[in-house]
Amino acid sequence: MTTIAHETAPLTRRKRRWEGLPYWLILPTVVYLGLFFVWPMIQSFGLALRDESGWSITAFKTMVNDPAFGEAMGFTFLLIAVVVPLQFFLALGMALLLNAKLRFGGIFLYIFLLPLAISDLAAGIVWSAIFTERGYLNTILEGVGVLDQPHIWLDPTNKTQLVIAVAAAEIWRSTTFMMVILFAGLQGIPRDYGEAAEVFGAGFFRRVRHVILPMLKPSIQVALLLRLIFAFEVFAVVIAITGRGATVLAAEAYRWQATNMNEHVAAAYSVVILGLSLAAAAVVLVVLRTPRERRLR
Amino acid sequence: MALRRLRIGRALAYVAAVVISLWILAPLYFITVAAFSTFDAVYEYPKQLAPQNVSTDTIRVFLDSEGITESLRRSMYVAAIAMVACLLIGTPAGYALARFKFRGANPFQLALVSTRAFPLIIIAVPLAVTYLRFGIDDTIYGVALAHVAFTLPLTVLITASVFAGISYELEEAAMTLGCGRFSAFRRVALPLALPGVAASTIFIFVTSWNEVFAAAILTLTNRTLPAQMLAALDFSPLPYRLAGGFFLMAPALVVIFFIRKYLLTTWGSAAR
Repeated sequence: MTTIAHETAPLTRRKRRWEGLPYWLILPTVVYLGLFFVWPMIQSFGLALRDESGWSITAFKTMVNDPAFGEAMGFTFLLIAVVVPLQFFLALGMALLLNAKLRFGGIFLYIFLLPLAISDLAAGIVWSAIFTERGYLNTILEGVGVLDQPHIWLDPTNKTQLVIAVAAAEIWRSTTFMMVILFAGLQGIPRDYGEAAEVFGAGFFRRVRHVILPMLKPSIQVALLLRLIFAFEVFAVVIAITGRGATVLAAEAYRWQATNMNEHVAAAYSVVILGLSLAAAAVVLVVLRTPRERRLR
Repeated sequence: MALRRLRIGRALAYVAAVVISLWILAPLYFITVAAFSTFDAVYEYPKQLAPQNVSTDTIRVFLDSEGITESLRRSMYVAAIAMVACLLIGTPAGYALARFKFRGANPFQLALVSTRAFPLIIIAVPLAVTYLRFGIDDTIYGVALAHVAFTLPLTVLITASVFAGISYELEEAAMTLGCGRFSAFRRVALPLALPGVAASTIFIFVTSWNEVFAAAILTLTNRTLPAQMLAALDFSPLPYRLAGGFFLMAPALVVIFFIRKYLLTTWGSAAR
């Protein structure tokens, strides 16, 4: 008896030691995110809703009464309305192209992925060089004879033009992000489904519409969700292209923090951005929800 | 008939793929040509579409501008600190998610995924206030700490899926052959996971290198390259901006080449 006890004791002790192991492994991450993610987030509500004397909504009042607030809100929404739908279809097209197993697919893949690692600031700088009066777009358009003289694309008083210019840069930069998620989803769809539809005479667009899109819905949901959340943070690309011609919510948060040194109003802006992101996420989740019984996985 | 339609479809697919490729490459090409031409050529109109006056003048003037070499160095330090810290903190958690069934694993994973729903802006502003109190405002460490907070959740999720892709039986085999738990991890799982972990490291590097908002808010004089570029946008000449833009973009070309495989396999699903 004693020998058996002698043998099992270290074993159970060992087993008990490993039971705690996963918690020790995730502990650093939990602590770090608690300190540098959760706590700051709580703090920003405090900053936005308190001033020196206690609870107050002064910061929100200051924010809303600033004419730049409405302007920033309008431009942010307009930009999202232009960018996200267009880039969704483009991203879907790019993902389908990559999934079509073309020759030189590896090269196309590399090129399509490039924008993923490019910052919105860098994208803004390049596209401002393209749209500026003495820029590349005018050079090309004059070269092929469409224009006789340089056209002014970035007129600060013409908001529509500014939105289009920023949207061009944003679509160029951030479509890849959606494409990656959609492409990963496409790869999870068995090829037989599309082939079966083809046998029954479905053309390409009908296959996309009736076979691929329904099966891709979970990925579409994630892609739209994340893209919308990031779209509310758009910032440097707007400053780089429009200068002071247009402003967005994140740019205002930056301005209040860095230029006006008022962290309360900056925090109020960040709370608004958070609220809008979560609202957008909720809308996507509700609109694109998949009933449980129709889920394939 | 069907075959011909298929062939036309294929041809159209190639045309579309080439057009999209050109659209993505053209701006990158323009900025590269501009960065490697003479200072005067950058100002010229019509713009040179083909490289004619190839020179390193513009790049050199940019690098000699006040604060640029320092900000480049700072950007590298910040990215390096973020990379090391993220791996040290995140890899164990990723391993735990991949290898152990433990209570709280699902909520933990869900929490990591849902961090992405929160805009990073909301963290940056209060951190600026906190840093001021602890005296790490305007330092590269402060920026690096923020960048770790941004990249840690995804690092954990990616490393988890990397480890999940490596059979646990290999580690068990090593343990029956006398390895301890840790040395089985170090000698078997880690070497196999290295390419995937390296890819996620590169992702941390790029995120940190590109990050503008927090870097601009958390520093005043010790700016990283993006923060420096943002602050100088208003008054800097075109060649300066284009050369700066080139330096911001250049890592992308290299980085994507190395991680393109992982972007689509492990990460596409890790993002869900």
